[in-house]
Amino acid sequence: MNFILGILFSIVVVSILVFIPWIGVWAWDLRFVFGVIVPYAAIAIFIMGILYRVIGWARSPVPFRIPTTAGQQKSLAWIKPNRIDNPSNAFGVIIRMAFEVLLFRSLFRNTSLEFRQGNRITYEWEKWLWVAALAFHYSFLVVVLRHLRFFTEPIPAFVHWIENLDGFLEMGIAPFSGFSLPGILISGFVLLAALTYLFLRRLYISQTRYISLPADYFPLFLIIGIATTGVLMRYMGAFMQFIFGADWFSVPVVNVKELAMGLVTFHPVIPEDIGTIFYIHLFLVSILLAYFPFSKLMHMGGIFLSPTRNLSNNNRMVRHVNPWDYPVKTHTYEEYEDEFREKMVEAGLPVEKISEESAEDKTGSSEEAEKE
Amino acid sequence: MADVPKPKELVKIRHSPPFLTGWMNTPTEIKQGIACYAGKPKNLEYVGLPNPREWSPFDADWKLPPNWKKIILDGLRERLEKFRSLKIFMDICVRCGACADKCHFFIGGGDPKNMPVLRAELLRSVYRKEYTTAGKIMGAFAGARELTEDVLKEWWSYFFQCTECRRCSVFCPYGIDTAEITIIGRELLNLIGLNTDWISAPVANCYRTGNHLGIQPHAYKDMIDFFLDDIEDITGIRLEPSFNRKGAEILFITPSGDVFADPGTYTCMGYLMLFHYLESMGLDITWSTYASEGGNFGYFTSHEMAKRLNAKMYAEAKRLGVRWILGGECGHMWRVVNQYMDTFNGPADFLEEPVSPITGTKFENAKSTKMVHIIEFTADLIKNNKLKLDPSRNDNLKITFHDSCNPARGMGLLDEPRYVIQNTCKYFYEMPENTIREQTFCCGSGAGLNAGEDMELRMRGGMPRANAVKYVHEKYDVNMLATICAIDRAVLPDLMKYWVPEVDVTGVHELVANALILEGEKKRTTDLRGEPLPGMEDMDEEEGAEQTEGAEA
Ligand code: HEM
Ligand code: SF4
Ligand code: SF4
Repeated sequence: MNFILGILFSIVVVSILVFIPWIGVWAWDLRFVFGVIVPYAAIAIFIMGILYRVIGWARSPVPFRIPTTAGQQKSLAWIKPNRIDNPSNAFGVIIRMAFEVLLFRSLFRNTSLEFRQGNRITYEWEKWLWVAALAFHYSFLVVVLRHLRFFTEPIPAFVHWIENLDGFLEMGIAPFSGFSLPGILISGFVLLAALTYLFLRRLYISQTRYISLPADYFPLFLIIGIATTGVLMRYMGAFMQFIFGADWFSVPVVNVKELAMGLVTFHPVIPEDIGTIFYIHLFLVSILLAYFPFSKLMHMGGIFLSPTRNLSNNNRMVRHVNPWDYPVKTHTYEEYEDEFREKMVEAGLPVEKISEESAEDKTGSSEEAEKE
Repeated sequence: MADVPKPKELVKIRHSPPFLTGWMNTPTEIKQGIACYAGKPKNLEYVGLPNPREWSPFDADWKLPPNWKKIILDGLRERLEKFRSLKIFMDICVRCGACADKCHFFIGGGDPKNMPVLRAELLRSVYRKEYTTAGKIMGAFAGARELTEDVLKEWWSYFFQCTECRRCSVFCPYGIDTAEITIIGRELLNLIGLNTDWISAPVANCYRTGNHLGIQPHAYKDMIDFFLDDIEDITGIRLEPSFNRKGAEILFITPSGDVFADPGTYTCMGYLMLFHYLESMGLDITWSTYASEGGNFGYFTSHEMAKRLNAKMYAEAKRLGVRWILGGECGHMWRVVNQYMDTFNGPADFLEEPVSPITGTKFENAKSTKMVHIIEFTADLIKNNKLKLDPSRNDNLKITFHDSCNPARGMGLLDEPRYVIQNTCKYFYEMPENTIREQTFCCGSGAGLNAGEDMELRMRGGMPRANAVKYVHEKYDVNMLATICAIDRAVLPDLMKYWVPEVDVTGVHELVANALILEGEKKRTTDLRGEPLPGMEDMDEEEGAEQTEGAEA
């Protein structure tokens, strides 16, 4: 396995995943399968899968309290502790976790090694991964939330707000006659740009190229596929109409909403007039949902359970109990003294038991052997 | 000891991994100068570790038990059920590579399997094969591979090229701690007798004699007596420490390295002088020969072994009837004390919440373990003006401070040592911020890698640290590297000799003792090392506080 194989493999898989609904809907007209059965199955797998994984993790105990301390501990009253990076109570942990989850704080520390021959090592500014990671995740989140307008009636106010925020570049006017562009929502483009960067950096940074698995390329390509089909549906229709006079891409929003509402209200319907491209989009999303619980995408759940981040560094204040703790064999003081008694007495070290030969009483310390 | 290439040779490092060959297809070579020697059967037998035998990692046949694979896989399954950390770390890495160039072994060696993420993948790949459906079906395409003897050897090689320093964990967005994976990886390897001599010998020694070096009780006392002679030469005062004394208020435990090898010995003299100074102010403290080791090489073997060795601390405290425990300057000792001891061997309900007998300060942060770090203790003394200090005695030193990994990333003991140094020395300079505090670079020899035969690995792993020292040496003329870890004191001198020969190494309590003005002392002309104090260079050569030569620790 090398990166070429890994990338090829992922591309092939994603291509197959595009072809399946294409053939299925366009050639065989299996709209019910791809519009209803597959999405339901995917959602079921997604929910059950996540539960299964999280419960699986939670079933394993946390025997030791091992936070990675990334700041000053709480010790003497006059030394200022770092309450966030080295939390000593639940409040600190919550703040630390919030920073991790919302702002990727640890990733923000990233630097990149510059190694100059002749023994000069420096660590350079490198926040691009952090920037791209935030851009990707937040635009993904915005896109997901925007989709709620398909699944809700009436549409909650916050969805409108997000949409307005997202569309602040709105170009309501037609640039020239006969061609009007729908409102531009930047999240989709940010998402694609960030994904492209995340893919390219995997390639051009030799270290990530070496460690990347198909399981790293695949989700990137899959999400690129989802975003691309989405963008095509939204914007390309207008172009097509303008250039070719026919529109193969745009999808009547009303009909899509009918389908979506059918799904959430458990009265599935398959409206007419929805093009194949929509089914491809929907199928890829279904695959992402079904794939999610069994992949590295579960980092979404794992980050909350990570014992190096979600525990406070109060070990010396509050005892942590290991549920599977068991007694171990130790070398007791008694055994130790039995072996070295003569030498200890000779060196003037106190002993518990006076050996027969040296009847001379030392301090008459009572015999109180340790039992482990 | 294998020949170590010259620094000029060693810096020729490439950090780009092979282009077309994937890591699974890159075979592992067990190299002289990088690998440690194998554990000796007698040491395994002494503590009852499995599969004791003569073997060598450089041979083709590692003399594994016939059912080794089952033992390892059962062991892995058991640990997945016991450690949530392991399970999560196996599942959620996204291979973003943020940790890749953060490991000192990768920086100093360029071996891509020393990137933390790949070190973890060595184990993860087998985990996928055995415990995930995708791995079972898709094999290498799912990043999975069969556990073979070669894979096992690869594990051994790379889990003993990790110092469990946790630097990678600071940068990982999920806190994935490759140290934790190494710890569990080593635990698995130990199930079939794959270990190193430099770890299993100290473990057996510690079990038997109470300390890693195997110093027997009378010899331990003799060593301290030597220090008392030296201190008397320097200060004119004869100290009278006590050992194994019942009814003392405080039990003092420090790593045995400080009793045995320079420059730790001077730190040890520092403790003795500090305790003497405080005696008249009400300090009632005893040393122990049974619990004469703070360090815990068991922790580099398995959690169980760590617990077995650590048990002595509380057991001895209980036997002697002390109120609380004071711990010396040590790295992994404090990782274990801070993060494991109470869980391993507590609750310490036979002890009392620690209170400084001198200042009355309650050490609230240690109210459950009842063990206080001597740097916390001394910082509190200084803050309360309890120590008469003459920092000018350290004026010939330009100091920088090396945060040891364990107190930094397993505890957060960052400002206390700086406070103590700044109050005992005039010249203190920080290394660049990417190389200190929670981002500190390992000495390159921790977690049991401080053997002689892997010197090349150590010099490579220590390169980033040395590079930062070199920077402050060139910029501020720094000539002394202070640290609060016994392994550091044992290994950094070698590292400095190799990379920055102008810089020497010291413990913080050596600096304290140099500055400390003892009641009734004679006019000091030398520091604890027998070297003239600043301004005393022309004085008559004192008859010399030559130190006892210890074996390399
Ligand atoms: C609590 C929620 C989440 C948090 C805190 C989080 C955090 C992170 C972080 C810190 C990274 C590493 C930086 C990077 O490589 O971009 C990452 C990577 C990634 N995340 Fe998330 N994530 C979350 C949810 C999700 C979700 C819901 C998805 C679903 C599609 C996702 C998909 C990805 C992917 C594909 C990568 C790898 C990017 C690459 O290949 O470089 N994440 N995540
Ligand atoms: S930083 Fe964490 S998630 Fe990223 S590659 Fe390293 S271990 Fe994996
Ligand atoms: S714990 Fe330290 S030595 Fe081990 S992989 Fe991480 S950075 Fe490297």
